[in-house]
Amino acid sequence: MKKEFYNIANLVTKNAKILDVGCGNGELMKYITENISKDIRGIELSKSNVQKCVEKGLTVIEGDAEKDLRQFPDNSFDFVILSQTLQAFLDPENVLNELLRVGKKAIVSIPNFGHWKVRLHLLLKGTMPVTENLPNEWYNTPNLHMCTIKDFENYCKQRNIKINLKNLKFQNLFSELGIFILEK
Amino acid sequence: MREKDKLKTLLVKKPLKLDCGQTISDFPLAYETYGKLNDKKDNAILVFHALTGDQFASGTNPITKKDGWWNYALGPGKAIDTDKYFVIAANVIGGCMGSFGPSDINPKTKKHYGTNFPVITINDMVNAQYNLLEYFKIEKLFCVIGGSMGGMQVLQFVSNFPNKAHTAIPIACTASHSAQNIALNELGRQSIMADRNWQDGFYEEQNKQPDKGLAVARMAAHITYLSKAGLQEKFGRKLQERDDLKFSFDADFQIESYLRYQGSVFVDRFDANSYLYITRAMDYFDLTKKFGGNLSKAFEKSNTKFFIISFTSDWLYPTSENREIVIALNAIGKDVGFVEITSDKGHDSFLLDVPDFLNTVRNFLNKSYEKI
Repeated sequence: MKKEFYNIANLVTKNAKILDVGCGNGELMKYITENISKDIRGIELSKSNVQKCVEKGLTVIEGDAEKDLRQFPDNSFDFVILSQTLQAFLDPENVLNELLRVGKKAIVSIPNFGHWKVRLHLLLKGTMPVTENLPNEWYNTPNLHMCTIKDFENYCKQRNIKINLKNLKFQNLFSELGIFILEK
Repeated sequence: MREKDKLKTLLVKKPLKLDCGQTISDFPLAYETYGKLNDKKDNAILVFHALTGDQFASGTNPITKKDGWWNYALGPGKAIDTDKYFVIAANVIGGCMGSFGPSDINPKTKKHYGTNFPVITINDMVNAQYNLLEYFKIEKLFCVIGGSMGGMQVLQFVSNFPNKAHTAIPIACTASHSAQNIALNELGRQSIMADRNWQDGFYEEQNKQPDKGLAVARMAAHITYLSKAGLQEKFGRKLQERDDLKFSFDADFQIESYLRYQGSVFVDRFDANSYLYITRAMDYFDLTKKFGGNLSKAFEKSNTKFFIISFTSDWLYPTSENREIVIALNAIGKDVGFVEITSDKGHDSFLLDVPDFLNTVRNFLNKSYEKI
């Protein structure tokens, strides 16, 4: 399992009620089910990934986070997880609002466009950065709204969303990924 | 002895109050079982059939000599594995495979009930079948499962008996029959009633059968079970055993011939009045009605784990209607999974060899069984 998932799993509490938005093939859900909380379910758009979740015995709803979070009541989960997909939504602002409405806390991870490798790539090569976390070319990337950790922090501050961050400058330069816990 | 008298039948002695107001008792409920009930009695699955199905979900139907209607999904080693699970399937009341139906003889008049048979509902069907749990002394079913009208019964069952099934798999169904589906059913009914042999429903007394009307009803319904793409791919404009059009009303096209065949074989195995009664039950189905239009309330007391399945090309019970059920369950925090299977086989997909569908059912059942 990738390191990001261990980090996310460490942020949820024992037996918490959790929704994994864009749960992929269910790898993170499976880990959390077996180690932290059985009360977890996922939403996933890709049909083949949905099948993989069912194979693992996980509760999964085939659907689109952009439309289908609406059906969940306010505060119906202790944690709502969104791993590296925020930048791919047409309307990430709406999705963030929905995450914070549905969950008491939201755990959000973003690929950091402010990482030094990304900065250096654009500076020296003058082409759009392609890295491990951003493996696509500009013409086929699903990422519509790239941001940096600093951008994301500014966004949350503007909207009075509580966000936990330490050593921002350091992180914005050296983290390929930002993982945040957000609260209303 | 008639073939039908040899069917396994539970005589339900307990009175059952029907939604129409009448009470029935001492009525037959024909059923079949597959696999073995284990000692813990925790491996039982109740399968509900669709409009023209019956208790013979697997193996060979002894009456029609045809394959069971769910042979792809149900049997030893299959998605619903009868080596592992004990499967019960009953013929719905109103049906014509041994359960109490309009072709039965009314003991008072010594004549066929015909249209004097009470109008029954999905609720009545489910309440009748609940007697099987008591008969087999099963405290809690592992699963209730069914497609189309079978799915409606699944929903009704969980609503009526919230703690009697660990899991529920409603497939390609709805919680409230749509205007389009009522319209299509009405087309079938009018076709039967327009057949002069129907005789206001008392055709059996006169040794007549409204075969033409029933065949046309089946032909029309059959189209709705398929998809445009599926029909186009299978038949296109292919001609039936001829090189060119005949400029007549013969079955020039393969699709015409196919539908005529489907109609003709259907009348041999199905009763016209049963068709009227069962389609009526489907039309009357609206699980929200009792709950002021709020579907969530129908499931409020349930602790059943739901898994809902729809098919991309099903325009009769489209994904959107299946999703309504998912939404209602999520709104009250119930455990619900949902999958839309890609298939161009239309509504009938759940009866056919659609590997993604069969694998999904298998995985859900087996993984859920580990956890009970």
